[in-house]
Amino acid sequence: MNILVCIKQVPGSTKVEVDPVTGVLKRDGVQSKMNPYDLYALETALNLTEKYGGSVEVITMGPPQAKAVITEAICMGVKCGTVLSDRRFAGADVLATAYTLSQGIKKTGDFDLIICGKQTTDGDTAQVGAEVAEFLNLPNVANVVSVNDVTKDKIFISISQDDCVVEAAVKFPCLISVDGDINTPRLPSYKVRKNVTDDMIKFLSLDDFGDQNVKNYGLSGSATQVERIFPPEKNTEKCTIEGNSEQQAEQLYDLIRRIKLV
Amino acid sequence: MYNKITNDDIKRLCEIVGDENVITGQDISPDYSHDELGTIESKPDCVVKVENTQQISKIMALAWERVIPVTVRGSGTGLVGAAVPVCGGILLETTKMNKIIELDTNNLTVTVEPGVLLMELAAFVEENDFMYPPDPGEKSATIGGNISTNAGGMRAVKYGVTRDYVRALTVVMPNGEVLKLGGKVAKNSSGYSLKDLVVGSEGTLCIITEAVLDIIPLPKHSVSLLVPFVDMKSAIEAVPKIFRSKVTPTAIEYMSRDTILFAEDYLGKKFPDKKNDAYILLTFDGNTETQVDEDMNTVAELCLEIGAVDVYIVDTEERKKSVWSARGAFLEAIKASTTEMDECDVVVPVNKIDEFINFTHDLAKRMGVRIPSFGHAGDGNLHVYICKDELSDTEWEKILTDCFDEMYKKAEELGGLVSGEHGIGFAKKDYLKKQLGDTPIEIMQGIKKVFDAKNILNPGKVCF
Repeated sequence: MNILVCIKQVPGSTKVEVDPVTGVLKRDGVQSKMNPYDLYALETALNLTEKYGGSVEVITMGPPQAKAVITEAICMGVKCGTVLSDRRFAGADVLATAYTLSQGIKKTGDFDLIICGKQTTDGDTAQVGAEVAEFLNLPNVANVVSVNDVTKDKIFISISQDDCVVEAAVKFPCLISVDGDINTPRLPSYKVRKNVTDDMIKFLSLDDFGDQNVKNYGLSGSATQVERIFPPEKNTEKCTIEGNSEQQAEQLYDLIRRIKLV
Repeated sequence: MYNKITNDDIKRLCEIVGDENVITGQDISPDYSHDELGTIESKPDCVVKVENTQQISKIMALAWERVIPVTVRGSGTGLVGAAVPVCGGILLETTKMNKIIELDTNNLTVTVEPGVLLMELAAFVEENDFMYPPDPGEKSATIGGNISTNAGGMRAVKYGVTRDYVRALTVVMPNGEVLKLGGKVAKNSSGYSLKDLVVGSEGTLCIITEAVLDIIPLPKHSVSLLVPFVDMKSAIEAVPKIFRSKVTPTAIEYMSRDTILFAEDYLGKKFPDKKNDAYILLTFDGNTETQVDEDMNTVAELCLEIGAVDVYIVDTEERKKSVWSARGAFLEAIKASTTEMDECDVVVPVNKIDEFINFTHDLAKRMGVRIPSFGHAGDGNLHVYICKDELSDTEWEKILTDCFDEMYKKAEELGGLVSGEHGIGFAKKDYLKKQLGDTPIEIMQGIKKVFDAKNILNPGKVCF
């Protein structure tokens, strides 16, 4: 089974500032990391190949330094990876990003299964997976919470819905987006990192794609116009619950029910 | 020898702190009779929740006059019964004294009341780009409790223990007199260091009501490494070699596969790797990424050279959480895995840890009892737990005593001491006496008498 996992480099901390004038995230000097949700996708893929054979590759879109997340994925056990990097991809919204990825995937190889994380921690749209599937004309399932079995031509999965869990069988090739916290992602190996070589990481630009129409990429290929980006309001409201154990438990229950946690 | 609390005493206590802060009789929760480990139980006659130094001073003046025992309690997370009122009397609870009074960015100090929780202090200073280096595992302990046991924690390898960060203390003497010990100064050669004597005195000498603590600028970068080894011997043997490489990690913890599995069960979360029998977990911190990477690479290379199975990089918040949350839950996890347990918190020279752990493994086999352990490989402080499991009460008592006797004897033989960071309290005083011998214990008793001639403050603890 050949699996491709879509990954993204995101800011390493949630304390990223937004430039009040341009509304752009200030990424200079901010450490970056692999999108935490992608780690669950990677772990799912690696578990599958350990059990059923095959190999895992990764793909990302970003500036040349996004190579770091490919290296990290290799350290976790994937075979190789591709960075889609071109100035003409810059400013892409969900649509243009998904289109770029789909073009890159076509160029990278044939895969039985593409796995995406639920969403990214910077963009937060949770739409790229579904749109990539659409562009590749693949069946797509989101909110996957477990992979239960794999046969020669199908994958059996559980999907979390608001009020129930749906079990489904999907024919290969297909794309699934997995939820967060469905496994514990393995740690990258320093031992493997020592042996990562340049030929494990491929760079592709617009010139390598089947569709070279620049209007379909980056800002010009984007359907979304961003009016303003601003940091969310912070809420650090605190309350202290007092009384004996029973009273405290009751108050705590009322509180979590009021804020709809139960 | 002590007077029983009378209705008149209760009335006077209510006048000092208000009726709502005095709990008596059936209203006293059983929680006040024991600490976290729960091996020693004794109910106080009355619980008083205090809010400031003046109240404590008045309460002590009353207790002194009436000769009533007083035991101070923070959040009750101790493990040796130090906050258990073994002679009854007043239990003075400091959790309402939880204000952070001042952050002094010129002198790099933070001034706190004793009931501030370690996790609250850590979060507060971090928000302000500083770090309070002591990092004991129990984050819901109060700072007063940390100072009273001279708590250590995981970062002791690089930064030292609580005593190294206490600059000044405001204390109430057993007779109610308020003293200021130490000062907001970086150096102090002014006579005997009473402040340092109070640190680690487990509430037997005086009551801490305010502390000035040192802080340092928050290191900008930190990375951990999880290093698997085929067995504990190879894992522990790596530690002196790491020190010889001249890199100083912030923390070096060791953990066995068994303990990791308990933590998984307890937290309902999988650990990122458990294919191997033994692990060491290291952290490096510093102000530049290059420096931290350099340290990490040196140690990673060294570990591989000396036979580590691999070296895993723990570099993001999520990864740190997945590893360190398990480490933080070990005590609770082992507790949840058995019916009852008791602990041994010995400290031995770093190069003797392996010998001590092997000894506990042999002991477990010989005694037919489970003895899991984890601890601070970087400073020789081990946390060893003897689990009751299915043993009968009689068997358990016998095995527990035999195990403790053998373990403390072995620790002494290796040049170790009874407690690395949890203290002596009530539970370990016999072992302390056995190890130190008459003269040091008599000196300690003499000191106690100078502070507390009527022996009303936390009686029956440490050296009595």
